[in-house]
Amino acid sequence: MRIRLRFFASLRERLGRTEEVREVPTGATVATVWELLKRERPELAVLERSLAFAVAQEYVDKTHPLQDNDELAFIPPVSGGGHD
Amino acid sequence: MPKVLIPTPLRQYAGKNDTVELAGATVGEVLRALTDQFGDLRGHLYTDEGKLRSFVNVYLNDEDIRYLQKDATAVSDGDTISIVPSIAGGAPAVEAPPQPATLSKEEILRYSRHLIMPEVGMEGQLKLKNAKVLLIGAGGLGAPLGMYLAAAGIGRIGIVDFDVVDYTNLQRQVIHGTSDVGRKKLDSAADTMREINPYVTIDKHDTALSSENALDILKDYDFIVDGTDNFPTRYLVNDACVLLHKANVYGSIFRFEGQATVFAYEGGPCYRCLYPEPPPPGLVPSCAEGGVLGILPGVIGLIQATETVKLILGTGEPLVGHLLLYDALAMRFRELKLRKNPECPVCGDHPTVTKLIDYQEFCGIPRHEPPPQPGLKEWEIDPVEVKAKLDRGEPIYILDVREPHEYQICSIPGSHLLPLGDLPRRVNELNSADEIIAHCRSGVRSAKAVDFLRQAGFKKVKNMVGGILAWSDKVDPRVPKY
Repeated sequence: MRIRLRFFASLRERLGRTEEVREVPTGATVATVWELLKRERPELAVLERSLAFAVAQEYVDKTHPLQDNDELAFIPPVSGGGHD
Repeated sequence: MPKVLIPTPLRQYAGKNDTVELAGATVGEVLRALTDQFGDLRGHLYTDEGKLRSFVNVYLNDEDIRYLQKDATAVSDGDTISIVPSIAGGAPAVEAPPQPATLSKEEILRYSRHLIMPEVGMEGQLKLKNAKVLLIGAGGLGAPLGMYLAAAGIGRIGIVDFDVVDYTNLQRQVIHGTSDVGRKKLDSAADTMREINPYVTIDKHDTALSSENALDILKDYDFIVDGTDNFPTRYLVNDACVLLHKANVYGSIFRFEGQATVFAYEGGPCYRCLYPEPPPPGLVPSCAEGGVLGILPGVIGLIQATETVKLILGTGEPLVGHLLLYDALAMRFRELKLRKNPECPVCGDHPTVTKLIDYQEFCGIPRHEPPPQPGLKEWEIDPVEVKAKLDRGEPIYILDVREPHEYQICSIPGSHLLPLGDLPRRVNELNSADEIIAHCRSGVRSAKAVDFLRQAGFKKVKNMVGGILAWSDKVDPRVPKY
């Protein structure tokens, strides 16, 4: 099935892109896709504990099952207040 | 010229003015000029012996002149002198005034465009006037927040900040001007806000928010607006808001992206429901490291200001349970539905965080930085020594590992650009027989480059400590700092 991935903030910087479409096996969860990304880019692993995921504009946890044409967003925390 | 704010009961003796600008080098001189101009005021302010009446308090900006040099307190242009008649005689009027039941004629005119909308009206404007809002930070987000919340007529606005205005702030912190560089952000922000609306009371909290002082500072306010720039304070503000049952109007910014929402409002999700754990230190760049579009905090700060005003008025739908994501480059807003996490350690069903903790430790930041190692390591070199080598005509290879857009801002003559990220791929362009001196902006990236090159077998490679910033300080002040 096809999933649209969207990347925000520091993850966008690290990957150098804002989105991509990829094929994932039927039955894949958010965790499946994240593991795929981590395998390709092991340096992303450090982000894992503080990363939020959203499917179809809704915050979900990693066990959330994906469906064909879902949009999966990866949202790292952002600290800035434009202060420093 | 200094400005004198005339309180409502005395305006009838001062030509109905609410403010008067007068010349004078001291508070006494300015007040003398005032009573010379408006003779009727004299008897209300001074005794027959020429002493300030005991029920009249005079403030220079935020300070009671009794605690300064009294009448002899020096004033300068831009200062504001407030005459505050107290009811019980001599009691400092810094405590919250009684809740005003009505608006003055001047305020009715000022808020006219609010008053004619039924969603605000007289009732709503009085809610704003009676509201107490605390801004954490007078920086990028705090700037539009402070200005618009003051303009909107929020009765009492507290600001927590301990920073000083510098030139790199001016690109986005529009509450401060060029002439404010070097001043405390608190003073600069308060002056701008008072100029916009003298009816607002401003509390200056000249401190860093900490686990020790947070509850005490936050408890006096109805709504907390978070405009800080670091994760420990984010978690601290969140937890304090949850513990005090106060809404946390949240905003944050990064390069071209922003986030905003209202956390911990009437049982809604909190920041920890979204991000239970902070990222490891250094992983998520700050504005200083990652940069930020100057306009971006304007957009996000005004979303926070809008939510604050809506919460006070009790009108519309608050941005609760939704994280608003803004992407300035795509000019797109997205909303992400948030859910309260029943396992949340602070607002969940069985909270484990029931008082404020050590947030530096929680975020993995050592409380005390290890003392800097004295002297240079063998693979480090001072910019002054680099200059000396160049002057002696030594054949050194200066390797600039910054990005091309940074190289365009400034560079060291004769240096070779090879961004850190490209180094592994292009390392064969370097000659290990050369004496290579790597530099970047501040010395952090070039340290990584030197580390990489040493592991790759380069023996004659050194890191110029402090980067091009130190070069500007120590060698060539014509090189701009950024």
